[in-house]
Amino acid sequence: MSRTADAGRRLWAGLFGTWGNTAITLVALAALAWALPPMLRWMVLDATWAGGPEACAARDGACWAFIAAKLRFILFGFYPFAEQWRAAGALALVLLMLGVSAWPRVWSAKLLVAWIAALAVACLLLRGWPGVAAVETSRWGGLPLSLLMSIGALGGAFPLAIALALGRRSELPVVRWLCLGFIELARGVPLIAVLYAATLVLPLALPPGVSFDTLLSVQIAITLFFSAYLAEIIRAGLQSIPDSQFEATAALGFGPWQALRLVILPQALRAVAPALVTLAIGVLQSTSLVAAVGIFDLLNAARAAASDPAWLGFYDEAFVFAGAVYFALCFAASRYSLWLERRRN
Amino acid sequence: MAYPKLLPARLVATFVLAVATFAPSPAFAGPTLDKIRERGAVKVGVGTQPGFFSPDSSGRWQGFFVDIGRALAIAVFNDPDKVEFVSASPQQRLPALQSGEFDILLSGVTETITRALQLGFHFGPVVFYDGQGLLVPKKLGVTSGKDLDGATVCIQTGTTGELNISDFFRANKIAFKPVAIEDTREFIKAFEAGRCDVMTQDASDLGLKRALLKTPEDYVLLPERISKEPLAPAIRWGDDRWLEIVNWTVYALIQSEELGITSQNVDEKLASPDPSIRRFLGVDPSLGAATQLDPKFAYAIVKALGNYGEIFERNVGPATKIGFERGLNRPWTAGGLLYAPPFR
Repeated sequence: MSRTADAGRRLWAGLFGTWGNTAITLVALAALAWALPPMLRWMVLDATWAGGPEACAARDGACWAFIAAKLRFILFGFYPFAEQWRAAGALALVLLMLGVSAWPRVWSAKLLVAWIAALAVACLLLRGWPGVAAVETSRWGGLPLSLLMSIGALGGAFPLAIALALGRRSELPVVRWLCLGFIELARGVPLIAVLYAATLVLPLALPPGVSFDTLLSVQIAITLFFSAYLAEIIRAGLQSIPDSQFEATAALGFGPWQALRLVILPQALRAVAPALVTLAIGVLQSTSLVAAVGIFDLLNAARAAASDPAWLGFYDEAFVFAGAVYFALCFAASRYSLWLERRRN
Repeated sequence: MAYPKLLPARLVATFVLAVATFAPSPAFAGPTLDKIRERGAVKVGVGTQPGFFSPDSSGRWQGFFVDIGRALAIAVFNDPDKVEFVSASPQQRLPALQSGEFDILLSGVTETITRALQLGFHFGPVVFYDGQGLLVPKKLGVTSGKDLDGATVCIQTGTTGELNISDFFRANKIAFKPVAIEDTREFIKAFEAGRCDVMTQDASDLGLKRALLKTPEDYVLLPERISKEPLAPAIRWGDDRWLEIVNWTVYALIQSEELGITSQNVDEKLASPDPSIRRFLGVDPSLGAATQLDPKFAYAIVKALGNYGEIFERNVGPATKIGFERGLNRPWTAGGLLYAPPFR
């Protein structure tokens, strides 16, 4: 009882303890009073939850019936309607793996193998196998694609980033300058320029008649792009490991590779785990830029859904829904990162 | 420092190998038509714009240009579904066509001399005569752009529309006040709030903007066009037969409207004694033998999709939310610009 009272007193002091706090509290309350009621009215009170476009046109609020009608398109894009159970399966598999991997106790080489297998199965589900209809990568889309691209980019960037991080600290000047040059170049251009280069310049540079899968070239471009950012995070992790550890491993008879794999990297990566989660959130959000090169990720599919003349103009609802999905994923990731940090301390 | 001196070569090698596994493989060399036949589907580059190309709730493409793509699939495969639509953004659509990502671009490209001769594209017949239009509230009571002396004009920035409108007013010696707005939403809000008397943009876009206004029926698109935007299918150079198939597929749509053949009456027309209809629909198979096309390709197109007029009305016509008047997009016999060479 006294603890509750104590907490209440502290809350009161925090909100109204000083003139400054009182002013901030009142301004915040006024802002909420100004913003919340219209938002609530639009999102809930005046919203249409079921029915067709006519039902929505009759009311002023949000048209959630539009999301209900377009849910499968927004989630899976142009993936063939009859085959969407495969896309749903790939999505479920990836989400399951993400959930399992959040548990630090399962972090091991086996988990890495499991991830590679899971990604291969997810791609196989999407692409198809003999006996079911093959689905070209140009028809992949929606949330499974957004997640797979993000995970593929991070996973693919990892070995490259470790190489770059080590190369940047190499004693060979050529290696050092090459790695430094790549990192600075990748960090110096915007992702959208890299995407255009991958989808526009690359095909023109190839000999005529040779074609390169657009999704694959985009995936490679994103992977290379983020490997530079990842390399800098990993370098920070490496720098946090004192040199004495290397000397200790040498004294115990470890070779440099063994030392790196068994002693240095596990500690370095653990040290930068929160930064890695932050980067992962950034990668997920950046994948929405692929809309510029004609790929229907979650956000682009939501936008395209609102271009159906039967449901014309429900862009607000489409973007709010896509935003909610991104928010759920990113918020979960950021809470997880906090938990990870607290657990480590 | 006891860090490894070289790059971890094994890691790099693994990555390079992974990339090399997906290395480009030479596609089938030869003309586009061979590639289409081998693939079993026509690949069509499209955009996303309501009425012209958009997905329905099950992800099936629909729209004016989409139907023309389906007509091509019928001409080649006698099947409106043997077609793949590939979405291309305005910036990447021409390079993507050039690099062979699709066989034809039907994304509403304006035919211009630089695109033909500098960039090296062939254009099929114009399928949609667009142009910059003027949208005004009905209560202004104007019937022509020339009545708009002193009007405030809303223009979306970064488009050629800005240049066209000032050229138009200058040429007609009319004073006007431009208001440049970047965002589409804001554009519509400004117009609704009466901050401008006129909204100007490509007419096909204005039709859509009108549909997004709260009370579309209170606004009218003036009949005049202040710029020419002929939208035509584009293909690469070097595919003569493919170009002709594109040409004659579009002509079949136009010709069927001129002959009064619709998806409703096409079966009755098979019994028509008119020799030009009999040739056109393949009742008399001589044309098919001469052109090495399915003699009934025009019949199949009209049966499945309707004639040009039906496709127009269904997707963008006055009865739809896009609410676009036929205007120039009428057969020449009805005062429009659509004109198909004879099928003989």
